[in-house]
Amino acid sequence: MANLTINGTAHSVDLPDEVPLLWALRDGLNMTGTKYGCGVAACGACTVHIDGEAVRSCQVALGDVWGEVTTIEGLGTPEDMAILQQAWVDHQVAQCGYCQSGQIMQAAALLAVTPEPTDEEIDEAMAGNLCRCGTYPRIRSAIHDAAKQMQGA
Amino acid sequence: MSRIGKIARRSFLIGSAAIAGGVAFGVYAARRPAPNPLVPGEGEVALNPFVLIDGEGVTVIVPKAEMGQGVRTTWATLVAEELDIAPDALRIEHGPPGKAYYNRGMGAQALPMPEYKVSGWAETIGNQLTVVGKFFDMQVTGGSTSTVDGFEKMRHAGASARETLKEAAARRFGVSRSSLKTEDGAVVAPDGTRLPYTELAVEAAELDPVTADLRPRSDWRYLGKSQPREDQMPKATGTAEFSIDVRLPGMKFAALKRNPYQGGAMKGFDPAAALEVPGVEQVVDLGDGVAVVATNSWSAMQGAEAVVFDWAEGPYPATTEEMYDAFARAMEGDANSALLDNGDADTMPEGATEVLADYRVPYLSHAQMEPLSGTAVYHGDRMEIWSGNQLPIHCRRAAAAEAGLPEEAVTMHTTLMGGGFGRRGYTDFTAYAARLAVKLPGVPVQLLWSREEDMTHGFYRPGAIASFRGGVKDGTAVLLDGKIAGQSATASYMEILVGMAPPGPDKIHVEGAFDQPYAIPNARVRGYLAKFGLPVGPWRSVGASVNGFFLDSFMDEMAHAAGADPLEFRLALMRGEDARSAGVLEAVREASGWTGATPEGVGRGVAFCYSFGTPVAEVIEVHQTDAGIRIAKAWIAADPGLALDPDNVKAQLFGGLAYGLSAALHQQITFADGAAEQLNYYDYDAIRMHTMPEVVDIRIVESGHRISGIGEPGTPPAAAALANALFDLTGKRARTLPLAGEFDFVT
Repeated sequence: MANLTINGTAHSVDLPDEVPLLWALRDGLNMTGTKYGCGVAACGACTVHIDGEAVRSCQVALGDVWGEVTTIEGLGTPEDMAILQQAWVDHQVAQCGYCQSGQIMQAAALLAVTPEPTDEEIDEAMAGNLCRCGTYPRIRSAIHDAAKQMQGA
Repeated sequence: MSRIGKIARRSFLIGSAAIAGGVAFGVYAARRPAPNPLVPGEGEVALNPFVLIDGEGVTVIVPKAEMGQGVRTTWATLVAEELDIAPDALRIEHGPPGKAYYNRGMGAQALPMPEYKVSGWAETIGNQLTVVGKFFDMQVTGGSTSTVDGFEKMRHAGASARETLKEAAARRFGVSRSSLKTEDGAVVAPDGTRLPYTELAVEAAELDPVTADLRPRSDWRYLGKSQPREDQMPKATGTAEFSIDVRLPGMKFAALKRNPYQGGAMKGFDPAAALEVPGVEQVVDLGDGVAVVATNSWSAMQGAEAVVFDWAEGPYPATTEEMYDAFARAMEGDANSALLDNGDADTMPEGATEVLADYRVPYLSHAQMEPLSGTAVYHGDRMEIWSGNQLPIHCRRAAAAEAGLPEEAVTMHTTLMGGGFGRRGYTDFTAYAARLAVKLPGVPVQLLWSREEDMTHGFYRPGAIASFRGGVKDGTAVLLDGKIAGQSATASYMEILVGMAPPGPDKIHVEGAFDQPYAIPNARVRGYLAKFGLPVGPWRSVGASVNGFFLDSFMDEMAHAAGADPLEFRLALMRGEDARSAGVLEAVREASGWTGATPEGVGRGVAFCYSFGTPVAEVIEVHQTDAGIRIAKAWIAADPGLALDPDNVKAQLFGGLAYGLSAALHQQITFADGAAEQLNYYDYDAIRMHTMPEVVDIRIVESGHRISGIGEPGTPPAAAALANALFDLTGKRARTLPLAGEFDFVT
């Protein structure tokens, strides 16, 4: 039994300690916004934040989670989207959409540290997040747009 | 009729097995409407198989696989345009499997001739062939056919629903239907009284459906303009439900493990080590593999890796080189097809310069982002099952067969798909989930394929080789003789899906090569098939994904041998042959500012492919940098006849380009000792944010030609455009894919 704080709420997960956080979220808590793509930190679909840092949740054992977890569900909700999520909608980024939770969480971590990223900084931050639909041009536009809006906010 | 039958027998087509059946039953019977599969719930009314109204509002049934192509929004917009309701006021559902949802769009692709020449009698016969869709239960999403399929059908569904609602209102008001109008989801009487559709639906359902002419394009308010996609908010908030996200009370999680020698038997297994893995509950024998059932997917996958197996070999050569040797031998034998054979391709015209080149492309996995899965619960006399699939009727049938149930006892839910690209046009992941559920009565269970299991059990894009001989003279091509050898994607697909491969020439094996609008006086393209039992199948753009690279690389080689500008060389051969194709080449020339000259350290390549009814031209620019070669920029031009949603069309085009570049750069499935060697994205990488070119401009040419597909045609020119750009930069010709080993790219 592991105790976690996820999106500001305390949760208990009844799974073995070595089970990765990804599966604790998905299978233990039915929080399915965080996706499984590769299981080996090669695609970024499972990206969440631990204490604000973007991490691949497929590589963090439940017993090793060192801080508060934020998932896509905690970034914003359909009724109250984060600026970044709204930018994703405005730019119609998603095609199949499967990788986008991870893309958004990675981008959110970038903007938290680098409020006005250059194209090169976006490249560097987002290189680990795969999208097989090739939505990269719109991801880039959405990040720039959200950065502007968050500066203005 | 006999003419159709004759074409059916001598052609190899996606539906040729079914065409024979269709003709036997007769076109008349096929034209009778299929039963409406919608069973309205209490307070709901189904005006036709596509429009369902209840007290809450109007629901449009989009019985298409949403794999990212935006089909749900576009189909709903087609209905909205005629029904006089805002597209975003419509709810959209996939709906149940139903014969009424057969794909009309498959017909024209079935003709054994270049699509750009389809007109007159050929188009008529193509339309007749769409009856095949019904007999074959072709509720299929694929072949870039969804917009073709829905373009008229969904507008008719909207128009008929509108007029029938008006008729109901006319009776209630005691006025003529023609005196009424509709707006914003309501019928409006001459005195301004509004009756919402929701209040008229029950009365309308009792009437015979009224039909109406479709509105002219000049009256459109929504179509032709970019619409907000209905799936954007759910996908940006993690609330969209994919196949892997299905959650049921008391659900178990299972991982699949099958023979790495694909199609080989399982001779035995020892589950002992798997049962030691914390969280694992049982190991279930599935006949040709096992499912490890656990409290969570990760424990299940760990367990699956711990099972010790005794596998039999697969029915195909054990190594990649043996497979390609089989292709080479096939090329020495009898041709399966010669669908292009003009003039005399054997004799080099006097004074012509000969050009020779051999090419090779690898096997490819689809590597869609969401690994395969299915979720099912079996109750003895019925089953409920969920999967993200492109052919729900076949999937339901497969699940029913696994459970020994009649099809109507199986409730099939088709979820959103985390990419498909052809891989989800199969029943395997649905069938295995059903097979497992039968072993666990009353227990909901999700069967997941690990990324490794998915990648090593694809229905791969088959590898192929090509040998081209050309002749150039006076700056133009005077001879083209191409031979293409490989495994047949369609034969394998049809064997898996319906148990038999269609006879006759395999059109898809040579599409993208035999059917291009280049007026070369002596031209021949022959296809050769190697037959072995490695399962292969459609992969985004299918045959054109192979032949777009082969042919348009060779066109570039001929242009250089002829001393001509590569773009002008193609254009000169195209102008008199197909104006639409010439139009996109001119559009990409203008967009990219093509001059034929590039500065030191910069290379440019152009490529063209006409596939799925849509001509597409792409220009790629590569830069030599200190860190290696960078794919810097891209320009795309395409003519789908008409763009219903321009933003979405652009997304499909740059997405198709990225998919093609990913394969060209990085991807190959190779075999050693009978098993696929690549397991995951670390050895099967793709274009990423930092390696994706800037897509500088996308020109959509709307020639007004009949509407054609857009999901696939962006892919075929990508590899050739890159290879041609690399030649311009380095002077080295790329004839074997992938390229990452041969050229030093930025990583």
